[in-house]
Amino acid sequence: MSVGIVLVSHSAKLAEGLAELAAQMAPDVTILPAGGLSDGSIGTDYDEVVAATQRADSGDGVVLLYDLGSAQMTAELAVESLADPSAAVVADGPLVEGAIAAAVAAQSGKDRKAVAEAAAAAGMPEDLEPAEPAAGGGDEIELELRNEVGLHARPAAVLVRALSAFDAEVTVRLGDQEADGHSVLALMSLGARLGDRIRVRARGPQAPAALDKAKELVDGNFGE
Amino acid sequence: MTCKADGVVAAVRAAAAVIAEHRVELIDLDRAIGDGDHGENMNRGFTAVVAALDAGAPETPGAVLKLVATTLISKVGGAAGPLYGTAFLRASAKLGTAGDLDAPALVDALRAGLEGVQARGKAVGGDATMVDALIPAVSAAEKAAGDGGDVAAVLAAAAGAADRGADSTVDLVPRKGRASYLGERAVGHMDPGARSSALLLHAFAEAAR
Repeated sequence: MSVGIVLVSHSAKLAEGLAELAAQMAPDVTILPAGGLSDGSIGTDYDEVVAATQRADSGDGVVLLYDLGSAQMTAELAVESLADPSAAVVADGPLVEGAIAAAVAAQSGKDRKAVAEAAAAAGMPEDLEPAEPAAGGGDEIELELRNEVGLHARPAAVLVRALSAFDAEVTVRLGDQEADGHSVLALMSLGARLGDRIRVRARGPQAPAALDKAKELVDGNFGE
Repeated sequence: MTCKADGVVAAVRAAAAVIAEHRVELIDLDRAIGDGDHGENMNRGFTAVVAALDAGAPETPGAVLKLVATTLISKVGGAAGPLYGTAFLRASAKLGTAGDLDAPALVDALRAGLEGVQARGKAVGGDATMVDALIPAVSAAEKAAGDGGDVAAVLAAAAGAADRGADSTVDLVPRKGRASYLGERAVGHMDPGARSSALLLHAFAEAAR
């Protein structure tokens, strides 16, 4: 027996695909999707979440993961409604990485608390390096963010995707913190906002081209 | 004046009618800053509530609210389902099995509902959510009951305050829910959840008159 896992998503496809993926890493763990509404549309279905939570519990309890806001509330409400609410716990973690980490932890026989902790710790933003000014060499440019949301999720993803095309190590610095230019989470963790000046540094054969691309994206407000 | 289960049923039916009447307005408010489904979701939920009441109304005010809660939780979807569901569930628990609802009990139920919403959604006043309608509503209800007001007076005071609270969300930067992703761009729009909260309280107040 092992801890069961329920994936609460607004999308049935997302929950099902993720259950399939996580099951690859944990063949003996019950991983149940609870995504979308019964008519196939986007949303969270409380009754389905409750039913999945009950089915996923083989005696060792259940860990629930969620995608966005109301999925969390629906999951928490479902847990509260159980005959024994202590049998299940809603984990605060990224859905995809958390599901994988939770599945692996459950597969290795960890208890409910440890499985939830594994989910919560998964995909944490990488530690930002304290940047040493001028360390490491390479080319560097300074750019001012003029888009509304700064280096938040979508712009960060746009930047990471663009930079991945170049053979270059790229870092982005704001103040005294530096983030890997290939990590969306690390870039978001910088908290760079409208009006902030970021310093982009690149090393490697295509460093100049990578910096040109970064400048083009920032100047173009990441297509916003 | 106090209120028995049939009075609560009448108020809930009135609320369903008001939500149906304002469905498009709520959709439009939500479309401006969210995903546009609030009116549809609320209407679906309250339509199901009416169907459940038609099938057999419970015998105490608390039991009526519990039926409302479980139906909304199952049928509304989106954030409003768990939020309103929790509000009605906590209010129902506060009323217990009492057969009569008087003004002090009503105030306790309203407060329990507000606390439930805040516990579920982690929102505080000023976040531009339904909490901004409910906080002043509960305060006004407490004052009205303290002044000796009956159930109708308490609900009327709560509804008026909820309106002003909902209006206040127009000028706020949302910090919870989907609207928070818009940040400053959401300023100038009323929060649809605050509006639906005010609408529900108005329907209850009208029914209690």
